[in-house]
Amino acid sequence: MAIKKFITGNFYDEAVLFPAVKKVRRAGYKVQDVYTPFPIHGLDKELGMKDTDLHIAGFIYGITGTTTAISFIGWALARDWQINFGGKPFFSLPAWIPIMFELTVLFSAVGMVLTFCWLCQLAPFVKKDHFNPRSTDDTFVMAIECTDKTNEEEAVAFLKNAGAQDVQVQSRETGWWFGRYDRETVRFGRKVPAV
Amino acid sequence: MSLNRYESQVRGPLVEGSKDYHQITEDICRPVEATPSKLWWVGFIISIGLLIFGVVSVTMEVMYGTGQWNLNKTIGWGWDITNFVWWVGIGHAGTLISAILLLFRQGWRTGVNRAAEAMTIFAVMCAGQFPIWHMGRVWNAFFVMPYPNTRGPLWVNFNSPLLWDVFAISTYFTVSLLFWYCGLLPDLATLRDRAKLKWRKLFYGVASFGWTGSTKHWQRHEALSLVLAGLSTPLVLSVHTIVSFDFATSVIPGWHTTIFPPYFVAGAVFSGFAMVQTLLLITRKVLGLEEYITMEHIDVMNKVIVLTGSIVGIAYLTELFIAWYSHVEYEWFAFRENRVNLSSPYGWSYYLMMGCNVLSPQIFWFKKMRRNLLVTFFMSILVNIGMWFERFVIIVTSIYRDYLPSSWSTYYTPTIWEIGFYMGTFGLFFTCYFLFSKFFPVIAIAEIKHILKRSGDNFKENMEKDENESLEAFEHANAHH
Repeated sequence: MAIKKFITGNFYDEAVLFPAVKKVRRAGYKVQDVYTPFPIHGLDKELGMKDTDLHIAGFIYGITGTTTAISFIGWALARDWQINFGGKPFFSLPAWIPIMFELTVLFSAVGMVLTFCWLCQLAPFVKKDHFNPRSTDDTFVMAIECTDKTNEEEAVAFLKNAGAQDVQVQSRETGWWFGRYDRETVRFGRKVPAV
Repeated sequence: MSLNRYESQVRGPLVEGSKDYHQITEDICRPVEATPSKLWWVGFIISIGLLIFGVVSVTMEVMYGTGQWNLNKTIGWGWDITNFVWWVGIGHAGTLISAILLLFRQGWRTGVNRAAEAMTIFAVMCAGQFPIWHMGRVWNAFFVMPYPNTRGPLWVNFNSPLLWDVFAISTYFTVSLLFWYCGLLPDLATLRDRAKLKWRKLFYGVASFGWTGSTKHWQRHEALSLVLAGLSTPLVLSVHTIVSFDFATSVIPGWHTTIFPPYFVAGAVFSGFAMVQTLLLITRKVLGLEEYITMEHIDVMNKVIVLTGSIVGIAYLTELFIAWYSHVEYEWFAFRENRVNLSSPYGWSYYLMMGCNVLSPQIFWFKKMRRNLLVTFFMSILVNIGMWFERFVIIVTSIYRDYLPSSWSTYYTPTIWEIGFYMGTFGLFFTCYFLFSKFFPVIAIAEIKHILKRSGDNFKENMEKDENESLEAFEHANAHH
């Protein structure tokens, strides 16, 4: 895996972070990500991210659930094995509404959570790097990806100027999701010696 | 400068004291990272004891059949289904707090939602035990699933409310669990990044799914939470509606009532909030979280209790009125002779229910009472007793005098194994809750941080800064171009 360099800086206040994101992006730097301990509304827009389409996926899973319920129950009770329950019609739709509803919700919820985990690449035993463990506690960590054209010193100075603290240059292996990450880095507080 | 105008005159701050993000992490993670107190061990061991009692009781029932219970031909549903409905009802507050209050943008939910959702999941687990073990031949329990079997295949009856229940409860459990765990991911990551012990790093590392707090992930997480809340809101209403259909679609006098769905849902929220109060009053005290689960939270939950308690009261009276007004003699007999008549064998349970559920919560009209911890705790227990008796009244008083007066002599009392089974579910519930409060953050850390700057002292400090700023500077900093 290729090694990439990132410049990371910590922010302690949303009021400093927002203008900094604006400045950094305007200067043409490529923001890898901003890691925050809680959702900050508007930051995704500031970083130029599109809205997520997760809810559309949820809708599709939901109607799949409805269709599954009605087609299966209809087939089972009205075609495959008809049973006369008190002379009521075999295809008794009103009585199936509860299960149709439940399966809609079930399919939608399970599908959305799995899609969420897939899109974010989250699963048990997955290890990922977020440059600074304090980003799950109290700091907002901005990581700028260094390209061939990036002058590191200049970028460090720029980030400091934008209000970031503890600005560092860190190297990471690309594609470190699925448990692969730079061996030099401290993971869960344990230092792994380089091979 | 006076900053009074930033303080609500009606509601207190959601987080007391001036805190920063790190302090919140420290406060909420402390109980998870400290060794459990003696009190915790005492509670945990008692819970395990109850759980063992439950396991023994269930074993007796499985070995010798449901005859171990005092059910008979007339009273086919006794303590077991009463307990089932009671636990499911308790399981309603968690999703109400996490989903409906999220949609209504109620900031106070953040302090209590995590524990309430956990409570929901454990309560539904307890509820599920009763219909399953009541099957008697429990090894055939999988017959309720529609799978291609060798008996035809003969499919399950999709028109039956009992089968709707299977789908409703299992869906409710699954969705609540997913919702709860998705909310936990960021907080588990916080614990992972703070962990010093080897097993902690491993445990929270695995449990947090590799959460990083990336902005894109947060964006999706927010969308997911919102849609799950939107799905859970009708779900939570549907679950107790369907539970009420178990009764309402029958032709038994006392059960055959169209008011049941809304009446059951209100009752469920009522009892659920009472249980949340019981647990949180203890939790905040034992774990020292009084600054996060404040008097304000207790106050608003007591308001919900008096509201839902009164709805339940109106439902009781409506039901009674309609029984008389309908001129159905069987229906009116069930109400007049089996319930309202104090000298009838179970008349006492009707008045116990009325007293606990309708009359006693009315003291919460007084602010002083809503903000009194002792009164709140006592009331929460009382409401739960009352709500248990509500289910008992509905189930047992409707069936103990059936259409055949020769079978009326039966007075149903539970055997030790029925009581043991019920106690066992308390054991299961509290064992789970004790483990949860030890290994998971009982308050949603990320959500508290999210509301921090919009409430309490931090908000005032923020505002002070803005107040002192010149208009140009404010515009420069805040205007979006």
